[in-house]
Amino acid sequence: MRILGLDIGSRSVDAVWLEDGRIVDWAVADSGFDPGSAATDFVGRDAHDAIVSTGYGRHAARERFGGSAVTEITAYGMGASALFPAAAAVLDIGGQDTKVIALGSGGKITDFEMNDKCAAGTGKFLEVMARALGFSLQEMADAALAAESGVAISSMCTVFAESEVTGLVHRGEDRRRIARGLHESIAKRTLGSLKRVNARGPLVFAGGVAKNPAMVTLIADGFAGEVWVPDEAQIVGAYGAALSAEGSGGG
Amino acid sequence: MSDQAVDYHQMWADLGLDLPTHDALLGAVGQLFGDAYLTQDNRPAGMDYLNFVMSEVHGLRIKELDDFRKSGGKVFGTFCLYVPEEIIRAAGGWCVGLCAGAEFAYDQVEQIMPRNTCALIKSFMGFKLAKVCPYFESADLVIGETTCDGKKKAYELLGDLHNVWVMELPQMKREQDMAAWRAEIVELVHKAEETTGNTITAESLRAAIIEVNDKRRALQRIAAACAADPAPISGKDRLLATQVAFYDDVPRFTQMMNALADELEQRVASGEGVTPKGAKRILVTGTPMALPNWKLHDIIEKAGAVVVGEEMCTGSRYYQDLVSESADTVDDMLDDIAAKYLDINCACFTPNDGRIEDVVRMAQELKVDGVIDYSLQFCGLYEMESHSVETAVRDAGLPVLKITTDYSMEDVGQLATRVEAFLEML
Ligand code: SF4
Ligand code: SF4
Repeated sequence: MRILGLDIGSRSVDAVWLEDGRIVDWAVADSGFDPGSAATDFVGRDAHDAIVSTGYGRHAARERFGGSAVTEITAYGMGASALFPAAAAVLDIGGQDTKVIALGSGGKITDFEMNDKCAAGTGKFLEVMARALGFSLQEMADAALAAESGVAISSMCTVFAESEVTGLVHRGEDRRRIARGLHESIAKRTLGSLKRVNARGPLVFAGGVAKNPAMVTLIADGFAGEVWVPDEAQIVGAYGAALSAEGSGGG
Repeated sequence: MSDQAVDYHQMWADLGLDLPTHDALLGAVGQLFGDAYLTQDNRPAGMDYLNFVMSEVHGLRIKELDDFRKSGGKVFGTFCLYVPEEIIRAAGGWCVGLCAGAEFAYDQVEQIMPRNTCALIKSFMGFKLAKVCPYFESADLVIGETTCDGKKKAYELLGDLHNVWVMELPQMKREQDMAAWRAEIVELVHKAEETTGNTITAESLRAAIIEVNDKRRALQRIAAACAADPAPISGKDRLLATQVAFYDDVPRFTQMMNALADELEQRVASGEGVTPKGAKRILVTGTPMALPNWKLHDIIEKAGAVVVGEEMCTGSRYYQDLVSESADTVDDMLDDIAAKYLDINCACFTPNDGRIEDVVRMAQELKVDGVIDYSLQFCGLYEMESHSVETAVRDAGLPVLKITTDYSMEDVGQLATRVEAFLEML
């Protein structure tokens, strides 16, 4: 039985094709202005017996393509614990939202928290800040790692933080220290969420921002437990969605 | 039941409503009601009455209030459970609840109040400032109370626009607080007598106590039926019943709710439910949900779960306790009234352990799968108490989801995701 898992997020559309619980193919596309068309491409690409959608576009996708829908929380919880059966918590920092999930025995979700109201501390935030600093995302992460200490950034609001960063640059502050300060403030906020849901290690760090080495380092430094990053951090949600289908073989 | 489209515009104009704005509000409420209520399956037939009440929410009931006032009766508007309806009714007055549950005329409200005021206060002020609430405009006297700071100050502002009188409510439940509260009840007796021109007698007070108790008993029956799995009525419908209890004609409402309760008990006996057996059962606790605030219930029930109880002022806090019916003298009855009302567990009291115990007890009695704690944003009291609720519920072995929101529809998508994730987790 072949199952298509679709994760329709605000920044990307991710797909995983599952056969007997094993990933046989996967793909990632930018949502762009029309996430539906990226999803339609994936749906048409290959034969499948069932579709499960997740992400903020899950209900629209279910209406369009049929199948079922699960929330990102369930999808990430299932995906992460299938990849790492010992996982006790999941952190996902995506393009526009952040979620933390605490897992109990057998990967059962015991608590979760989502920040989905604004871009504070998400991939989008990092993009805007990188632009303000004149860096690419990779350069900004490298700069943050190269700095010994960070400048304290007082606001997590994307708009305020951007003007704060611009102000710091004009005052001649070292861009590497600013970059580090930005990463530190996201890490601090994220660690706070993890604490609120009583997350213990090992922690699976997924989502687009898990590809950022500075974020991974800072989260690992501040978290009282191991932090694991899956190779394809972006497709954990789509994988989990596919696994949630009955008869997926994934349990 | 209705003679189709009676035109009430003249009556509304006479009450001083702003007609175009009022039409817009009424249209929006009708649409909201249609979408949240009339799309439900398996509703009990007894809900027809409440559908009818809603279709005439600013019509027939206002006409009744109007006729009552024209014959010399007085209408009292209240905002809080602590104002005893028995006393108003014993003086021959009628009570209507004025709490409002829709975002309206905030631009005008924010000219006189801080933006970070809770939605409930902003909403009733908006209704008043925009002149769209016929209940407000039918109230000869509005009775406020010193519960939270926001309302306390709002009543000062409201005092510039309406005839307002404020009861002082203690914040603790010690002996001296009870004495002070008892004295406030006597003040209310005087105020009610002065306003209506009638004297409260042992007979009128006893009759009012029984009448209001009967209303609560009917609601208790509806609540009790929801311990069954499958639940015989949706949470939305039960919430509507409690919301309507605040302004409908008391004996008629009681009769109709008892008929609804009969039907629910039959449904329970035959195993008929509003959702299939095994649907996730949720207890909602927190700040009151004034009409037409159905937002959270709608999200929960559209996600396939069923709300089986409300520990809130538009829920158990309204009907779970009765006034003793054994007293013979006015003095003794006032003692009983004071005792029953001071026993309400609102977050403006400290400590408020009674509420926490109620939440846990209801969660167990109603055999819920999870508890959703609901706070209106900027309601410091309930937001603050949320932690104690969460801890107690978790200690009882149940999961909790904390939601802080307001009346706007902007966050419905995000809330739905959180609620759905919570349900998937149960
Ligand atoms: S929550 Fe408290 S202040 Fe508000 S209506 Fe209920 S009893 Fe009154
Ligand atoms: S919800 Fe809270 S802040 Fe608002 S009126 Fe009620 S007690 Fe006061």
